[in-house]
Amino acid sequence: MESFDFIEMSFPAKPEYVGVIRLSVSGIANRMGFSYEEIEDLKISISEAVTNVVNHAYSEKENGVVTIGFGVYEERLEIMVADHGGSFNLNEVKAKIGPYDSNESVENLREGGFGLFLINTLMDKVEINNNSGVIVLMTKYLEKLGVELNDDHVSTGQ
Amino acid sequence: MNLQIQIDEKTNKSIVHLSGEIDVYTAPKLKDALLPITEIKGRIIEVDLEHVNYMDSTGLGVFVNALKLSKEHESKLLLVNLHERVLRLFQITGLHKIIDLNTTIRGVNE
Repeated sequence: MESFDFIEMSFPAKPEYVGVIRLSVSGIANRMGFSYEEIEDLKISISEAVTNVVNHAYSEKENGVVTIGFGVYEERLEIMVADHGGSFNLNEVKAKIGPYDSNESVENLREGGFGLFLINTLMDKVEINNNSGVIVLMTKYLEKLGVELNDDHVSTGQ
Repeated sequence: MNLQIQIDEKTNKSIVHLSGEIDVYTAPKLKDALLPITEIKGRIIEVDLEHVNYMDSTGLGVFVNALKLSKEHESKLLLVNLHERVLRLFQITGLHKIIDLNTTIRGVNE
């Protein structure tokens, strides 16, 4: 069993805390030795995952919580973003992700739904578990150690 | 962790200076400021992103929204002075081919 530090934080699932969560990941990633560019990737990825929770996981009346877990390993950072709200339709979400097609007419352009696509592009590994609530687990390796892994892959844990 | 918005109104152009972060918290404020001016026919809306040091897909969504309105109302939306990091986001999503990111300003009726 490899040793690692685990940090867990819970925040109200509200827009005003997304910036605070970004600062947290920035601090942890900086301590681990990630580059400026990689830290920016991590900030966007965690914001996208948390924004999904803020926008979709809870109805307006609920005081929802988003739980963030950081697994700090020697050569990688694992970030878990979890809500305890109603689960979404994963296939529907996956069908909507992807880059814009320049042939698409402007009227039909999506205004959202590509957060997951960005996470998938910016992180080395992404897993989504959709059993009770949604858990996004994403991994970024230090110094490109994870290059041999499949870069662009979203797998679904059941 | 906030967004400052300052709009300079010229004769036929609105220059929108943004400073700070565009995310799920600040996007509503940006929408409220930006969308109404894209509904003015013939108006050029130049959004200056020089002092935007963070943006995610929520911000992209606002600009897509503004672009749609500008096509509908025959105004022109232009984003200028993008940081490399912000530009990269447009490139990853393919939006750089759809939204005008040039720093050169061309006429509305070209």
